[in-house]
Amino acid sequence: MFKPDYDQIVKWVEPGSRVLDVGCGEGLLLDRLIKEKNVHGVGVDNDAKSLDLCITKGLSVIQSNVDQGEGLKDFPDKTFDYAILNDTLQALHRPLEVLLSMLRLSKKVIVGFPNFAHLTPRFYLFFQGRMPMSKAMPHMWYDTPNIHFMTVKDFQLLCKDQGITVLKQRYFGEHFESVHPFLANLLAAEAVFLIKK
Amino acid sequence: MLDFKFNELKLKSGETLAPVTIAYQTFGTLNKEKSNAILICHALSGDSNVVEWWGKMVGEGKPIDTKKYFVICSNVIGGCYGSTGPATVQPFPSITISDMVNAQKKLIDHLGISRLLSVIGGSMGGMQGLQWSVAYPQMVKSVIPIATTTKLSAQGIAFNEVGRHAIMLNPKDGLAVARMIGHITYLSDEAMHKKFGRRQKEGGVEFEVESYLKHQGSSFTKRFDANSYVSITKAIDRFDLAENYNGLAEAFAGSKEIKFMVVSFTSDWLFPAYQSWEIVKALKTNSINVSYRNIGSTAGHDAFLLDDPQLKTIIGGFLSNV
Repeated sequence: MFKPDYDQIVKWVEPGSRVLDVGCGEGLLLDRLIKEKNVHGVGVDNDAKSLDLCITKGLSVIQSNVDQGEGLKDFPDKTFDYAILNDTLQALHRPLEVLLSMLRLSKKVIVGFPNFAHLTPRFYLFFQGRMPMSKAMPHMWYDTPNIHFMTVKDFQLLCKDQGITVLKQRYFGEHFESVHPFLANLLAAEAVFLIKK
Repeated sequence: MLDFKFNELKLKSGETLAPVTIAYQTFGTLNKEKSNAILICHALSGDSNVVEWWGKMVGEGKPIDTKKYFVICSNVIGGCYGSTGPATVQPFPSITISDMVNAQKKLIDHLGISRLLSVIGGSMGGMQGLQWSVAYPQMVKSVIPIATTTKLSAQGIAFNEVGRHAIMLNPKDGLAVARMIGHITYLSDEAMHKKFGRRQKEGGVEFEVESYLKHQGSSFTKRFDANSYVSITKAIDRFDLAENYNGLAEAFAGSKEIKFMVVSFTSDWLFPAYQSWEIVKALKTNSINVSYRNIGSTAGHDAFLLDDPQLKTIIGGFLSNV
C-alpha cells in the first residue's frame, strides 16, 4: 500500500540518526528508515505477533504498553533524535502523556494522524448522523481502536497550549494529494507534524 | 562428553580451585572462521546435554540449528555432572556465577574461539549470559538472557534457603524437599490448576499434585548431589551483576557492541518480568541494541524449557540476524 505519510516521515528523518518508533506494528516504517536512511532504529509495541515478526526481520523492538505509562518513562532525556508516533495517537488512552514523554526522550517528534474534521467524515456525520466510517476508519464505534479522535486544528491548539514548537507540517487529501495548510482542517485526511519541545 | 582440564581457577573468594575439569558437549560443526559458535548455559539442575533438556530448541532444523551453528554446553563448576564440584574436591570452596563463567571462558579459549555468536541461557543460565556480557564483552556478539535477573529477589533467596535448610537436616530427604519446593516455584497457580486441578490418584489416597511432587523429589535425589545443590543455589543467591559498579547501567557500559534479546514470561513469579525490564532499562540507558519480549504464558518460570512457539520464533529469528 502506498503510504504518503511514510514517504514524508522518511524524508524528514536525517540519515544515521537514532529513531524510536512508538506503535511500530510490523516494522514497515522502521525497516524503510533503516534501509533508506541508515538509522539506528528501535520499535515499541505491545502486540506479540507484530513484535515477533519484527525480531524475525532483524529489527530491534521492545515490548511495552506505552499507554499504561510503561516503557517510555525509563528512557533517559533526548536518547533519540526522532521519536515517531504514526497513526497511533488517536488510539491511546493517555495521548498527551505519551506525547510529552516522547518530546522529553527525543530531540524531535513526528506525529501522523487522521484528521477527523476532514470533509468526508464531516459530511458523513452531518448527513448520516452516525459516527463516520471509511476505508481508513473501518471500525464500528464500539470496537474501534481509535478512541481519541482529533482534528488538525485541535492538534495545533494542543501544541500552542503545551508550548510545543511546530517545525514542519504536511497534509494529504483522500487521494494522497498534497493539501495547502490554509485549508488543511477541511481538506486533509492525514496530517504529519514535526515538532519539538 | 568431553573433558577439558586446566591447572587452576582463581575464585572470586580469593581461593584457588585446582585442578579443574570442565565436562562439556558440542553439537554441530565449527566453521573455518570460527564464527558460528553458540554457548548455551544450563540452569540450576541442568547439564551439558542440551539437545536433551532443550530438545525443542536445539538440534538439526530447530531454532538453534546445529546444521548452522556450533553449539557448546558445559557443566558448571560446582555441579555433579563431570565438572569439578563438591563430589571431586573436598572441602569445596564457595563459588559464584562469575567463577562459573571464568571457567567457561577458559574452555572457549581452549576451543580457539575468539568471539561467540551468542550466549544463551534461561534462569541461572541467563545470569551466566549476563555475566559474559559484562566480564568478556569483546568475546560475545549477542546475548539472549531468558527468564532471568541481574540479582535474585528476596523471595527467590528465601525459597533456596528453605531447600538448603532441609538438606542440612538430612541430605537425601532434604534434597527431595528442596526439589519439591523448586518445582512449586517453577510453575504457577494456573499451570498447577491445568496440570493437576484437584484430581486424586486412584483410590483417593492423595492428590495428583502430591504424587507429582513426591516423584520429582525422589527422582532428583538419584541424579543430583546435595552438596552441589547447596553450592549452586548459594552462587545464584549471591549473584549481583552490578555489585562492582555504581548501578546496573554502569555495569553494561562496556557492552555496547553486543546485541541483546531479553525474554521474560508473564506468569513467571520466581524471575518476574520487572527484573527483565530492569535489564532492558539499563541497556537502553547505554543506547545498547536490545529487543525485549514478555511472552504471554501460563506455564510460570518453567515456560522457557517448554515447547513455546513464540520463544522458538524469536530465538531463531534473532540468531539469523546477529
